[in-house]
Amino acid sequence: MVEHYLSIFLKAVFVENLALAFFLGMCTFLAVSKNVKTAIGLGIAVIVIQTITVPANQLIYNFLLKKGALVWVNNFVSTTTYDFSEVDLLFLGFISYIGVIAAMVQILEMFLDRFLPSLYNALGIFLPLITVNCAILGASLFMEQREYDFPESCVFGFGCGVGWALAIMALAGIREKMKYSDVPPPLRGLGITFITVGLMSLAFMSFSGIQL
Amino acid sequence: MPQRDSVGYTILVASVLCVVCSLAVSAAAVALRPYQEQNKILDRQRNILDAAGLAMGEFGRSAPELSKEQIDELYSRVSEKLVDLETGEYVTDMDPKEYDPREAAKKPETSVEITDPQFDIGVPKRETIARVYFVKKPGSDAIQQVVLPVYGKGLWSTLYGYLALKNDLETIEGLTFYEHAETPGLGGEVDNTKWKAQWVGLALYNDEGDPAAEVAKGAAPEDSEHAVDGLSGATITSRGVTNLVRYWAGPNGYGPFLEQLSKEISGEATLAEPERNIDSGVEQYDIDNAGEKEPVGE
Amino acid sequence: MAKSNVSKVLFGPIFDNNPIALQILGICSALAVTTSINVSVVMSVAVIAVVAFSSAAVSAIRHYIPTSIRIIVQMTVIASLVIVVDQVLKAFLYDISKQLSVFVGLIITNCIVMGRAEGFAMKNGVWMSFLDGIGNGLGYGMVLLFVAFFRELFGSGSLFGYELLKLSRDGGWYNPNNLMLLPPSAFFIIGILIWVIRLNKPEQIEES
Repeated sequence: MVEHYLSIFLKAVFVENLALAFFLGMCTFLAVSKNVKTAIGLGIAVIVIQTITVPANQLIYNFLLKKGALVWVNNFVSTTTYDFSEVDLLFLGFISYIGVIAAMVQILEMFLDRFLPSLYNALGIFLPLITVNCAILGASLFMEQREYDFPESCVFGFGCGVGWALAIMALAGIREKMKYSDVPPPLRGLGITFITVGLMSLAFMSFSGIQL
Repeated sequence: MPQRDSVGYTILVASVLCVVCSLAVSAAAVALRPYQEQNKILDRQRNILDAAGLAMGEFGRSAPELSKEQIDELYSRVSEKLVDLETGEYVTDMDPKEYDPREAAKKPETSVEITDPQFDIGVPKRETIARVYFVKKPGSDAIQQVVLPVYGKGLWSTLYGYLALKNDLETIEGLTFYEHAETPGLGGEVDNTKWKAQWVGLALYNDEGDPAAEVAKGAAPEDSEHAVDGLSGATITSRGVTNLVRYWAGPNGYGPFLEQLSKEISGEATLAEPERNIDSGVEQYDIDNAGEKEPVGE
Repeated sequence: MAKSNVSKVLFGPIFDNNPIALQILGICSALAVTTSINVSVVMSVAVIAVVAFSSAAVSAIRHYIPTSIRIIVQMTVIASLVIVVDQVLKAFLYDISKQLSVFVGLIITNCIVMGRAEGFAMKNGVWMSFLDGIGNGLGYGMVLLFVAFFRELFGSGSLFGYELLKLSRDGGWYNPNNLMLLPPSAFFIIGILIWVIRLNKPEQIEES
């Protein structure tokens, strides 16, 4: 039982790392990883958002969107007017999930502004950018595709966040060290970062096949 | 013109936007739904035709390259039926076309837990009712092949495929996976035509009647009746394939169904008529009305 | 004057201001869908359509959007367009939509779309915004096709699905480079592409 959840968690962190195996959230991943401190801050913000939004979206998927999800409405409305068990609203998935994500990010922003202003200032523009971070939406879409239930979604969301945060902190560490390396000018900055991430991604493939 | 940033105006804009976008999105979804459903069915038919080798046999090309008309023509030879896996009997109160086995496997009322099976397919539960396919000889109702949906876990993903059996229900005609996400070049070699060819003619069961087909470790012994060569660098995928083939061939999978089917095909065959040709029973076995009335038999 | 403006908007983003190679936008899908040229072409066309039409739509209503809900409005327009594109793909290009899977939905978060809506469409007319969308979409598509060309050719021995190098597993001579079918190769190829672009356009080189 615990094995099943541990397996989902470890897969999300290592084997199917959102950043290094699926390349989600690349824009902020490459832009914010110049500096370890900001990377840690962003990583933690991502973990929080993922852990909240994936289960929230799972509830929406389960009780509102998927085929037969609205069957609970039949308790309030007589089935002669309309039978809600046949309704399939899956096509509203994208817009619902992104709505939930945008709302959560907004709430997190207000929370940080009130209680942790130093972190709020350090993250600056990147906090609203989490909304368009494909990793956040991607995790919800994977949850939908794999039809996780609520506890699985919580573990999966948390694992995805941790995996992404781990990847960005590692990359930031490497990039800080590389400032002292002699990189050819045209490759400097973005170019060598791409190659570095490619190598990291290759390294993470060694985790494949790990089963509990 | 009201103030752009006033609360009332903001709410107005938000509402108008919601209505317009919802209309556009819903209109697209509803209008396009028939095409999408059609595509799903066509896709499934293509996979069956590929698994049974009909596309290659008749037209020399694989099914995804065929047009809808060609698919319809070939698929007229295929008959679909729903089977209760535990009893092996036909289920006649549902339309095979509408049935979705993957959805059924997820709902508790139409699925059953897999507890401690002899061969582990790596998933916690499976559907109680499966859809099986009968391929008939061209121009007659005689069964040529039986195609069974099979699935099981590989390394990265669950492999979904079809196991095609000859009408003796023991000889494998083919094993084709239409969906998987195994590593290309390693586990992904389940799609290799040369490897797939090794499955043709393999015996599914051993002399005791137990599922015996397998993917060997390394090269399969010369003239092996039950084994195909292992996939190099893909131990876990290979093991997964062996497990899924044996599970579905066994008493927890299609075992009961295949037993029922072989009894019905051979009618009331007794030991007094050992040289009776199994095919003649098959010629008269009316597969499309099976399960609804007495088989034509003798 | 208008002519040079149009060509600057339309063709600038291909080499001078490429969204992926310079602006670091829209990378996620660029890496994941480029194992096949056909799939990449469909993805590029989808992105071009979404960026162009959403920029045009946002530009058309830019004078009516209250500032407090600006981002949400843009997002709603973009998300609706993506849903429509997704439905169309599932209806008419089913096989390719299966290969694209979640990445069509991820166009919503594709920074290029939002970036151009906020950065260009809010301040410019409808026609120019439309062209800007097409230009950036083309720049994105160019990188995608470049990467897909190498990945498909060396990974599968084919181009556009047509076999060019007969694979050893089908009886031929070419042993495919499986690394090309795996995710890291996309990173390496883009890194090299950036190197080549900056060798030719030194103004894009970053100061250390």
